[in-house]
Amino acid sequence: MYGRLPIVKMLAATVALTAAICAVMVPINWDGQQASTAAPKIDDLLTVMIVLSSFVFSLVMVMLFYALWKFKAKPGDESDGEPLHGNTRLEVAWTLIPTVIVLFAGGYSWKVLDEIEEPAKNPLTVEVFSQQYAWSFGYPGKGMAWSEGELHVPLDRQVQFKMHAQDVIHSFWVPEWRIKKDNVPGITTTAIVTPDKVGTYQLICTELCGFGHASMRAKVVVEPPSKFREWVANLKQKVPQPLEESVTQDTETNPVPLGAGGA
Amino acid sequence: MTAAIKRPGWIRGALGALVAAAFGFGLVIALRAISDLPLYQTEQTGYPHVVVPLILAPLGFLAGFGCFDYWLRWAAGMPTIPDDHSQHGATSWKDYFRFNTDHKVIGIQYICTTFFFFFVGGLMAMLIRAELAQPGTQIVDAATYNSLFSTHAVLMIFVFVIPVFAGIANYVLPLMIGAPDMAFPRLNALSFWMLPLAGLLFIGSFLAPGGAFDAGWTGYAPLSTGAPLGQSFFNLGVQFAGASSIATALNFLVTIITMRAPGMTFWRMPLLVWANLSTSLLVVAATPFIAGAQFMVLFDRILHTNFFDFAAGGDVISYQHIFWFYSHPAVYIMMLPGFGIISEVISTHARKPIFGYRLMALALIGIVVLSYSVWAHHMFVAGMFSWLRVPMMLTTLLIAVPTGIKIFSWLGTLYFGKIHTYSTAMLFALAFIVTFTIGGISGVMLGMVPIDIHVSDTYFIVAHIHFVLFGGSVFTIFAGIYHWFPKMTGRMYDEKLGRVHFWGTLLGTWGTFIPMHWVGMDGMPRRVADYATQFGNWNLLISCFAFMLGAVQLVFLYNMIVSWRFGPRAEANPWRANSIEWQVSSPPPIFNFPEIPRVVGGPYEFGVPGAKHAIMAGEGSEVPAKEPSVVGSS
Repeated sequence: MYGRLPIVKMLAATVALTAAICAVMVPINWDGQQASTAAPKIDDLLTVMIVLSSFVFSLVMVMLFYALWKFKAKPGDESDGEPLHGNTRLEVAWTLIPTVIVLFAGGYSWKVLDEIEEPAKNPLTVEVFSQQYAWSFGYPGKGMAWSEGELHVPLDRQVQFKMHAQDVIHSFWVPEWRIKKDNVPGITTTAIVTPDKVGTYQLICTELCGFGHASMRAKVVVEPPSKFREWVANLKQKVPQPLEESVTQDTETNPVPLGAGGA
Repeated sequence: MTAAIKRPGWIRGALGALVAAAFGFGLVIALRAISDLPLYQTEQTGYPHVVVPLILAPLGFLAGFGCFDYWLRWAAGMPTIPDDHSQHGATSWKDYFRFNTDHKVIGIQYICTTFFFFFVGGLMAMLIRAELAQPGTQIVDAATYNSLFSTHAVLMIFVFVIPVFAGIANYVLPLMIGAPDMAFPRLNALSFWMLPLAGLLFIGSFLAPGGAFDAGWTGYAPLSTGAPLGQSFFNLGVQFAGASSIATALNFLVTIITMRAPGMTFWRMPLLVWANLSTSLLVVAATPFIAGAQFMVLFDRILHTNFFDFAAGGDVISYQHIFWFYSHPAVYIMMLPGFGIISEVISTHARKPIFGYRLMALALIGIVVLSYSVWAHHMFVAGMFSWLRVPMMLTTLLIAVPTGIKIFSWLGTLYFGKIHTYSTAMLFALAFIVTFTIGGISGVMLGMVPIDIHVSDTYFIVAHIHFVLFGGSVFTIFAGIYHWFPKMTGRMYDEKLGRVHFWGTLLGTWGTFIPMHWVGMDGMPRRVADYATQFGNWNLLISCFAFMLGAVQLVFLYNMIVSWRFGPRAEANPWRANSIEWQVSSPPPIFNFPEIPRVVGGPYEFGVPGAKHAIMAGEGSEVPAKEPSVVGSS
């Protein structure tokens, strides 16, 4: 019965629609500027998903609109449709094919996750302190030099951020880096970023933290290593006592990222 | 006057609430006095002299209103008031404002109450969009803004989407399975009356010092444990909404399992019944987790326990685990009943048996099982142990498979059918397939950890949840309301106005929520009253579509009210459907069936020569005449 359908034409229409959607959607730079080694990997994953999704969406559209065009009842037609209860082959197909697609998406995501969290040999550690509604940063390699509201990191060197929240949960997000991690009171959370583009960016708090949440921002500067060393050397203040305590007292939740062999 | 006080009803209910509140207040003050404490504790999380009366007053109202009369008399050994069915059926509009044990009355009570909260929550959404139309703060300050989006979400989730499905099923489900009522009619009435109390607690929190709860609907600790008094209103409101939900789910389970008409095997149940069976399984096991999470927050706030106080050894992240262990299954609680509605509407209006009926039912059960193993996908960036992310990602992606089965089976149902699109219900059902597919696709993307790391807590999330909850759940709700409106009211609604509502809602939904994906990926976080100027134009566009979406709901409201009062009389079966509820008059008689129908076939046998779903009273002498079975005594 379903063999009577113009399967080849429907598939061709699906492919054509997919191509049309992709032609519009793939060239768009959805996530904005890329400024870390993780960004192109995540954006490529997104592109692959846009292509797969366009296909699924096109398939649903073609199936729906073909049915509406072909099987719409004529005015006054009170008869019933054909008594078909299913088709085992089709049902198996649309169970198995999506399973394969999502498992592919899962495997690819896993690979990307491993790559973007791969720890480097000689990372720079930066302590991140967040409180309502301000960010500050400590540089343990430089005698715990302290910077309020402004984060500087060197170009092309992996940075491991150790994050500490003083009051409620905050979240560390630099959209151009594509990296986000919650800062949780009582525990240290970790994020790994390798900035690869000089520039000034914004650090945005993305976890609701109270009435000042929308304005909880900090300036992020990525600069060549020599300029970074100069900037850190000029920092006059040390991380104050109460903040420094959280560095030693917080519990480490995930010291080793997944790619490096599990928790 | 004394008679009015003795009789269950509004006067006795108000009195009960007052007495209970006064008792709670007195208890707190007395205990504090004998403990040599200051009588009033008004640090922002405390206020025990407000919180304790808030717990007791709703219970006092329920007792006074008559929700416990029968049980208390029975338990005390007093003569129970004989069941004369005076609490059954409705003869005037006033009967909808009484304690009534008729599932049809309760269904309509549910639907009207939840739609009231839908419009209140919708008004809040309009205020939110007005504030966001331009960068900067114009209409409300940041704190009020946080209260507004928190209350908007809580009203929509806890007192609209979840219970409106319970309302529709309350009305339709016993009729569909050929039962005279629900298994526990008194429990059913109690479930309903807890619901407006929950809604009033949520809205009433605006009166609390410090404003309404503002920690989001997720109420993450420690923001919530340190928030002003309004947060306690949320903690308590969730208890009443949750208790209502659990009691109803138990009622559905028992009703579906034990009260099906003779001949209705599990494989002859309409998919709406399957959907509510699945939903109820989720509710009874998952809802206690949110009740527990909110009690822990309440205890941290007023008893100074340390569940989530990191300084005293509490564990902040455990709140999220407990919360999402409920709240992820909750998204299926808000979606599975809608799947059931769509199956009924599409099969009926395409004049075709459901494609792959058994796989459709099994897909529901598959979703129930899988949905318990995906909760931590809300926490990929939360700082939980990192090893949990990949397994949760895989289960999350796999849950797309049973959902995909349902989409393809609905499409398969359309083929070789005779598709009628004159009904607004069918339009919403077809549009649902499209919008829900988009919501499902963005859901798969969010399930992938690397993408989620970037878009988590941005407007992409707001776009996704509104595509699945508005373009998904709310579309199915509209489809269900239009589909069963003739059955419930005995009147036809106006299809022209229905079409205006449909096209306006479709355009409004897409216009509002599609651009949100873009601004989210481009860097706009969610839950902010103010944002970078680069997003200004997009937000203005979103707000314009949102206002249109809001305005077109008034067409729906007008259509429903006017058609209920003045619409042309509906026939018993205007859509020529097969299931049992359409074989009785519109609206159905007080005990549904003069005699219990006998089920002899599947529910969707369109086009099968000579097939029949059920044999109704007087339809064949071979049916043994039977008394209606006893309405369950709860």
